[in-house]
Amino acid sequence: MLALIGRRALIALPTLFLVSLFVFALQRALPGDPFLVIAGEERDPEVIARLREIYRMDDPVVVQFFAWLGQVVQGDFGRSLRTGEPVLALILQKLPVTLQLAIASIIVAIGIGIPAGIIAARRKDTVVDYSASALALSGLSIPNFWLGIMLILVVSVELKWLPASGYEPFFSNPKGAIERLIMPAFVLGSGLAAFLMRHTRSAMLEVLRSDYVRTARAKGLDEDAVVNRHALRNALVPIITLSTILFGELLGGAVLTEQVFTIPGFGKLIVDAVFNRDYGVVQGVVLCTAIGFILMNLLADVLYILVNPRLRAQ
Amino acid sequence: MKLLTALASATLLTFSALPVLAQTPSTLRIGLQEDPDMLDPHKARTFVGRIVFKGLCDKLLDITPDLKLVPRLATEWSFSSDGLTLTMKLRTDAKFHDGDVFNAEAAKANIERARTMPDSLRKSELASVDSVETPDASTIVLKLKRPDATLLAQLTDRAGMMLAPKSLAGDVAAKPVCSGPYKFVERVQNDRIVLERFKEHWEAQNYHFDRILYRSIPDTTVRLANLRAGELDMLERLAPTDVKSAQSDKALKVAGIPNLGYQGITINTANGDAAKQPMGMDKRVRQALSLSIDRKVLSQVVFEGLYEPMIQPFNPGNPYVSADFPVPARDVAKAKALLKEAGVAKVSVELFVTNNPVDAQLGQVIQAMAAEAGIEIQIRSTEFASQLRDQQQGKFQMSRVGWSGRIDPDGNLHQFVTSKGNQNDGKYSNAEVDKLLDEARTVYDVAERKKRYDAAQKFLQDELPIVYLYNQTVFFALRSNISGFVISPDGMIRLSGLKRS
Repeated sequence: MLALIGRRALIALPTLFLVSLFVFALQRALPGDPFLVIAGEERDPEVIARLREIYRMDDPVVVQFFAWLGQVVQGDFGRSLRTGEPVLALILQKLPVTLQLAIASIIVAIGIGIPAGIIAARRKDTVVDYSASALALSGLSIPNFWLGIMLILVVSVELKWLPASGYEPFFSNPKGAIERLIMPAFVLGSGLAAFLMRHTRSAMLEVLRSDYVRTARAKGLDEDAVVNRHALRNALVPIITLSTILFGELLGGAVLTEQVFTIPGFGKLIVDAVFNRDYGVVQGVVLCTAIGFILMNLLADVLYILVNPRLRAQ
Repeated sequence: MKLLTALASATLLTFSALPVLAQTPSTLRIGLQEDPDMLDPHKARTFVGRIVFKGLCDKLLDITPDLKLVPRLATEWSFSSDGLTLTMKLRTDAKFHDGDVFNAEAAKANIERARTMPDSLRKSELASVDSVETPDASTIVLKLKRPDATLLAQLTDRAGMMLAPKSLAGDVAAKPVCSGPYKFVERVQNDRIVLERFKEHWEAQNYHFDRILYRSIPDTTVRLANLRAGELDMLERLAPTDVKSAQSDKALKVAGIPNLGYQGITINTANGDAAKQPMGMDKRVRQALSLSIDRKVLSQVVFEGLYEPMIQPFNPGNPYVSADFPVPARDVAKAKALLKEAGVAKVSVELFVTNNPVDAQLGQVIQAMAAEAGIEIQIRSTEFASQLRDQQQGKFQMSRVGWSGRIDPDGNLHQFVTSKGNQNDGKYSNAEVDKLLDEARTVYDVAERKKRYDAAQKFLQDELPIVYLYNQTVFFALRSNISGFVISPDGMIRLSGLKRS
């Protein structure tokens, strides 16, 4: 296990380097000048020149990249061009927000998607299966933005059951946090649940067709035991992969959902940063998201080993 | 079963308690359209930032809704007869949030910082100041390089805001220490800024809320939904398309006023090769474009008729609006005649717009109207940062731009149409206009100044480097129980007198 983690960490290093190089180059290739935006409506040329100097924008791009990388290695991500705040502080401020939303959403997604997939597989080609599939399809096709606004209008404006927006940290205000998480987590989670449901269903169907399941049934085990003890475990492997990938994506921030529910997470941060050409912030956030993704992949590998004993021997 | 009942009732209790919880007493919650930038008045550049500063930082002067100057930290002011010395008397009862007393030395330190700090954005606003003197603790004297009629207007905003002298050495934006009615508590980027009442403020009795919570909610629909749900007490920049529905909601009220800015089309008349086409080279083609646009219909289609058509760079009702240039009626025949006179039967030209739904729609309406006169417009849309860049580099033929507006007329004209103006992206150049607008800056008498602006407009309305289209009305929506809001054409939210009943 440790060897696996170590090997993964080594592979991660060049990946991260490539990601930062790629993002750095892409950003510089974008049209637009951050200092024209930052210099304000007046765009005083003297101010622009001074800002370019402070942020070393007149150095060659390669020099800029390695200067930035050198700082990052020492834990310094630079400062936001827009607000002057340290990028690392911004990331640390937004990370718990995004993490909280991602965890809540994945709980909703798994909580709905996997049971629905199992039930649909067990009742294949029945009304239950069809209605679950229809629901899943609608979950996939309803845009988050629309669903979010509709939920706010009905649940918050009309019924006044839940606060319309905002963020509260779970550990200092669990009640406020949950109230504010229900709607966004449902919006994000329902789409993912549909995805998970479809995959769980097909994975289960595949396993349920296999020989050992037939054997289990033949020896007189009741259906619940067959499904829960024998089939589900094997069907879980692809579902774990999918869940961790989905979770990794959530860590990148959910732009539209964050906008609708005004949740100050990565999504809002990065979109603002891209529009303002706030280079340092974009680079920092992308790097962090990449690290998150790599960790999720590692987690998937570890989970495989836990559910599938055969992998432990290898 | 018992457990279930207990759980169910607990859930019910939670839900029923929610609406009550959402409202902490005595906090005014304001929804902003954007997240402000640096909370340092000398480095800040955004409109929403200025709204926050109104609570946080006192300035030397302020304006009334009809643009008259009124005292804040400065109680009296006068120019010397040669116009080169501005003497201001200062309050003696004002304090900074760190407890230090506001005095002339503090004011001097701030003005010096604003006009000399390398990355200060206030330099051009205070460019006429040569030196600052403090004859006594309550008097400050600004010696000027040239008479400057715009200076007092500058001192009503960020250039006249006062930070605690002790805080100037540190990271001001991280924790601004000012002398305004509210002091800084915390900021979460892209989310909120919290201020708390400053009990030692010289006018503390006029500020009734204990806390002010500014929340940035960019989407207009979502911002309004939050107001409706009672999560906000008021919001700025209500979209014109939402005005009707907000007005019909009994729990809300809407206030609107023409803002100080202008909206128009900047035309590239001399900036590089892109200017070398009929629209850039021939004023008659520009006149034809202007005549082909029905500004009333444009406002109807895109803004529910709530924005007023305008062809001058000032807001309707502004003392500098000239009676000589009323909004013309649409005249397609005349537009065609002008094109014919210019020797071009068909004009093909590109219009740059920002890629948001409103600007796209605006572009399409202009496109349709101009086509009838024989001007074919291709719309190019990009996001704002690219548009700015291309515009400055002359990579545009026409660009749809707006200006948020300044209190002093100079701020709406000089930098856009004088030969060396920072924002003269079309590189329009007319020596007469330069001379008139330079002069207007130095004349203190309003009637005398207006003569120069009128004279400059005569050239501008004929040559049309900018085709003005309409004036934006700035709308605010408030919960009905909020009273005391005084709306002002600068679009700011002044917290004085605001109350919840």
